[in-house]
Amino acid sequence: MTRKPQPVLTGPSGGQAWSASVIGRHHEPVVYELSSPGRRSWSFRTTGMPEWDATDLVPADHLADEPPALPEVSERDLVAHVTRLTQRNYSVDLGAYPLGSCTMKYNPKLCDVASSVPGLTGVHPAQPGEQTQGWLRLLVELEDALCRITGMAAATLQPAAGAQGELTGLLLMRAWHDAAGSPRTKVLIPDSAHGTNPASVTLAGYQTVEVPSDRRGLVDLDALRTLVDDDVAGLMLTNPNTLGLFETDIVEIARLVHEAGGLLYYDGANLNAILGEVRPGDMGFDIVHMNLHKTFAVPHGGGGPGAGPVAVAPRLVEFLPGPRPQLDPETNRYTLTTPPRSIGRIHGWHGNALALARAYAYIRANGGDGLQLVAQTAVLNARYLKERVRDVFDLPYDEPCMHEFVASAANVKRATGVKALDLAKRLIEEGFHPPTMYFPLIVDEALMVEPTETESPQTVEAMAQAFERIVTEAEADGGAAARAAPRTTPVSRVDEVQAAKKLRLRWTPDEERSTAARVPSPLH
Amino acid sequence: MGHSVPHTDAEIAAMLDFLGLASLDDLYAHIPDAVRLAGGLDVAPGAAESDVLAEIDALAAANRPAVGGLVSFAGFGAYEHERPAVVPALTMRSEFVTSYTPYQPELSQGVLQALFEYQSMVCALFGLDVANASLYDAASAAVEGLNLAAAATKRRVAWISRAVHPNIREVVRTLTGPRLELREAPLVDGRTEWPDDLGEAAALLVAYPNVLGCLEDVADAARRAHDAGALLVAQADPVAAGLLRSVGSLGADVAVGEGQPFGTPLGFGGPYVGLFATRNAPYVRRWLPGRLVGETVDADNRRAYVLTLSTREQHIRRAEASSNVCTNQTLIAIAAAIHLAWLGPHGLRELALRCARGARYTREQLLRIPGVEPAVDAPTLYEFALRTPGPAAVVLERLAEEGYLGGVDLAPHYPELGDAILLAVTETRTRAEVDDFASTFEKALR
Ligand SMILES: Cc1ncc(COP(=O)(O)O)c(C=O)c1O
Repeated sequence: MTRKPQPVLTGPSGGQAWSASVIGRHHEPVVYELSSPGRRSWSFRTTGMPEWDATDLVPADHLADEPPALPEVSERDLVAHVTRLTQRNYSVDLGAYPLGSCTMKYNPKLCDVASSVPGLTGVHPAQPGEQTQGWLRLLVELEDALCRITGMAAATLQPAAGAQGELTGLLLMRAWHDAAGSPRTKVLIPDSAHGTNPASVTLAGYQTVEVPSDRRGLVDLDALRTLVDDDVAGLMLTNPNTLGLFETDIVEIARLVHEAGGLLYYDGANLNAILGEVRPGDMGFDIVHMNLHKTFAVPHGGGGPGAGPVAVAPRLVEFLPGPRPQLDPETNRYTLTTPPRSIGRIHGWHGNALALARAYAYIRANGGDGLQLVAQTAVLNARYLKERVRDVFDLPYDEPCMHEFVASAANVKRATGVKALDLAKRLIEEGFHPPTMYFPLIVDEALMVEPTETESPQTVEAMAQAFERIVTEAEADGGAAARAAPRTTPVSRVDEVQAAKKLRLRWTPDEERSTAARVPSPLH
Repeated sequence: MGHSVPHTDAEIAAMLDFLGLASLDDLYAHIPDAVRLAGGLDVAPGAAESDVLAEIDALAAANRPAVGGLVSFAGFGAYEHERPAVVPALTMRSEFVTSYTPYQPELSQGVLQALFEYQSMVCALFGLDVANASLYDAASAAVEGLNLAAAATKRRVAWISRAVHPNIREVVRTLTGPRLELREAPLVDGRTEWPDDLGEAAALLVAYPNVLGCLEDVADAARRAHDAGALLVAQADPVAAGLLRSVGSLGADVAVGEGQPFGTPLGFGGPYVGLFATRNAPYVRRWLPGRLVGETVDADNRRAYVLTLSTREQHIRRAEASSNVCTNQTLIAIAAAIHLAWLGPHGLRELALRCARGARYTREQLLRIPGVEPAVDAPTLYEFALRTPGPAAVVLERLAEEGYLGGVDLAPHYPELGDAILLAVTETRTRAEVDDFASTFEKALR
């Protein structure tokens, strides 16, 4: 392995990188195992209400004999239990999380405060518009900012996540073709697309047709030409795509799809790379979903909640889900209105409103200029890291990357038998969350790395060195250390096969539980 | 500007130099000029943290919040409940807030175990065997429930009770429109009247209690569904589950619900959490929507947790998946689990009992007012509909002037009920508040 000289990023006084691995190496009981009959935490306010019995209030055939089997714990034990659980979990606030496609950037604390203001949290979603002017204005202003960022005409803020945004966008596509009197059956998707794309296509009642990627890792234009016809409702694309590459033929792609009467859908999971540099609307996209939990710093919450607004070109505005918050220019009041040919509601209320408030605060804090710098440094970090691991991994699609890149550990596997999975687990011991593995599907032993803009150059360099170290080590020890990893975590390598074979999906008090379940308490 | 980026100018220069580039702009040099944005974004420049918070405060001040502003009797699917101090304290822990989906189990045992406990408690609430790790909200859970039933029965007709929340019915229409054939079962005196011939039904969807607060005959709905070869999907109120027989024990095959009452503020409607549980049936392995946490062991045979049965999910099954859900509502699910553990069985029962007592008392006080009548006759628990003399909207407006959110106007949703208001009373309302409300209500009718 040859190495390029690295630039000097760490000065004599500071600029050190640090990222800590999790603690919490003790066994942790299930909350039910802490339960003791009769123990309690709860109390309720004094209301002075008459104290009727349950039998006075509930018809006998509806009244349960017993309340649901919940655990009975003291507040002290509950707090200790949950706090110990948190110590068994890695997070962005602990260190770097270069999980490709997920944009695990630091989430400013400002947004936590903004989304817990009582005047926002205390509003009931069915309150009349006169009582919710502040919320409606916030949503209208967020919509406006998102439209300026994407170059679109209007947006719905209802979808709760990216996948729900995709389905919304595809239903808009459907409504458009239906209204034009030419229903279609197929949606084109590159073979590198995220799994939610084809799943959403099916839910929207369309068939997925895969478009192959070419040798550059971009949409194969010749293949696209043969696939586009008047039965194609549209093409779903991420740009930059899931290889982290910008689809440089986007103008031609848009022309081909539009000439056949199709619409162009933008999966905005990778919007972080192009803020202020390129707008989906200017590339010809008609429908754009955004993952506010990626680009706009809504924290992932261990898997959600996020928010997946969908912005559209002018010709699709009349189909947007309702009700939509809007400013009535006559009265200068904010109202909720449903567009004339609306596809209907997507969410029970107005979307993940408090998550939307976080994104609003993030956009206001960064501003247009700040967002552009976000994109530039996200790309800079990824480009730097990719160059630094050029000699460590294969780079099957070696075009200039945007905010992330996909390396292949196939070279390491060939030389040492160590898989991408093993390297990922070994990286944990080095203090970093692993990259996304085995996605996109078109890359063998894929490692998809997205450092994000919030990691300092020193941290990015430290990641590069960690990759180098673990591969060098694997070459030396034949992969023994990687295959044994991770050993610094609360549990060692987890048996996924057994989980699926012997399903245990909830706690039960039965005696037949595995011996593993009866680990002696560290207190005994 | 630039709050989010740690890089100094010198560091940026060093990195660009390493890459052989002259400027940040060069990072985008391969992108065709035709699509490049000249001159940056037309979005206001960045502001200092305190300035942004001042703006947020100003927006918040333009609301009249139901909690902390008005005295509220609004329910209709979103409820004001006490939020024990442990819930915000624990759910704001950044290990929960700032972690991703637990794809790396060794780094994610905290979130995984919290979700496993959540799944266990959701099963207990509904009397069912398998709960997933959350869906977006009650509406999305209802959609997924019907999709599951359609996949499991290989049929496409779904009967939906008219007493399922109108927003949920609309979301179901929007999201299943291209694939399912939806039929509405009408109401007779506040309860669902299922047709005798359900045809080739995949599912029946009933709410318990329903949107008008009424107690439906879930066992009867289950019998009808099963006789027709369909699944019963019950949208069950998880607070009411403290008193009512579980929908699982009444025969429901799938339970869906809204977990907001457990630890989540009203927040203008989100983020909430869609509860989803079902029986341990063969369709689980293939068609259960959403993520699922399972117990297993690590390499040292210690108990551990991991996302399981992922071959059902979109990232493996792609176009063949029955659900597209990826990101869910984990943090809200964890909040619900913490709140439920804090309540325990007896606290949950007490909570439901207090809601029911408050509602009984409030209903009695309001029914003393001349001209106020029950809008339907079926028994209710803690939410109920009253008919008002004259338009409900006017009454509610007058109540708002006096500081009350007096409920929700049913006219736009159930015109057949005439002028009617839907009221919910939770454990948060005191007798004194209700007495004042009742006298204000009486004045508002004059
Ligand atoms: C490229 C891409 N598209 C779509 C999605 C789906 O978004 P969500 O998880 O918010 O539903 C993701 C995220 O997981 C993604 O990375």
